[in-house]
Amino acid sequence: MSRKRISFRTELPLLVWLVVVWGALWRDFSPGNLVFGALIAVVVARVFYLPPVELSGRFNVLRAIPFAVVFLGKVVAASFQVMYLAVFRGPSVTNAVVAVPLRSHSDLMVTATGHVISLIPGSLVVEVDRSTSTLYIHGLNVRNDVDTAKLRKEVQDTEASLIRIMGTRTELDALQAEGWPATRGAGS
Amino acid sequence: MTPNATGADAVIDAVTAVLLIVGALMSLGAAIGLLRFPDLMSRMHAATKPQVLGLFLVLAAMGLQMREWWVWPVLAVAWIFQLLTVPVSAHMVGRAGYRTKHLHPELLSTDELEAVVLRAAGQRAAEKAQEAGSAMPHAGNARNGGSEDPNGVNGGPSA
Repeated sequence: MSRKRISFRTELPLLVWLVVVWGALWRDFSPGNLVFGALIAVVVARVFYLPPVELSGRFNVLRAIPFAVVFLGKVVAASFQVMYLAVFRGPSVTNAVVAVPLRSHSDLMVTATGHVISLIPGSLVVEVDRSTSTLYIHGLNVRNDVDTAKLRKEVQDTEASLIRIMGTRTELDALQAEGWPATRGAGS
Repeated sequence: MTPNATGADAVIDAVTAVLLIVGALMSLGAAIGLLRFPDLMSRMHAATKPQVLGLFLVLAAMGLQMREWWVWPVLAVAWIFQLLTVPVSAHMVGRAGYRTKHLHPELLSTDELEAVVLRAAGQRAAEKAQEAGSAMPHAGNARNGGSEDPNGVNGGPSA
């Protein structure tokens, strides 16, 4: 077969996740059940092939926990903001589609940023340009250039935090050289 | 709910009640947003954010009431799948909406994607004209979405 062989190390996070889902669905975390789940996970991952997720091999837990807390807070803020806009602004809300160039070109980082961005206040990914790794973001209640700049900064700061958690060494060095937090223009 | 609740039970019941009510309010907010927002993409905002938080609150309330440790992993898995799938579906709907022009340009303060789409369309037209001249089929023309990657963000990690 022409498939790229995936190393066990690359596949491990997927397998662990599958075992956790298995245990959760059976509501049984006894060793026997987990071993059987692991067997099934390996078989499933072999038979139903997916392109490997390129992890960087870094994961900074100390930065991930505050990020998760801030993220939850932002989800709450986002919900109340959307609710407020829906009730008081409604049909007259002004939006914008903003191009935000990202630093990282790895698929995982662009995907993660897009996911986080879609769940925090006032932004939604409309289009992704993978070749230049640019996200086109639909911002709710973006009335002028100040709001646009704020939205762009928010997205790039989110990406910076994600790079600090699980970006590659090179991305991290580039970020430090840049002097975070920095804002970049849209780049025409 | 336990009748004649005292002490810790009463506190848990009260917290559960607050979580359920706020969660239901979030769903109500999403419904109001769907009704009142003017175009598809602002409606997608309403369909994603309050809904995710609402589900989280309702699941947390369930976890508190069940008083069994095994229910927490199931609830966590349910919410994580929600977190992973909601942005993807919102993105796909928003993207399709933008491409089929289901939006009100007069409600956008800026649209930085429009120029890109126009440029890509121009490029494609030029390529087509060139190909018509040389009569060579080109695989890249089969997709109808311009220069953007057709796979979008729905690559591997969300599976």
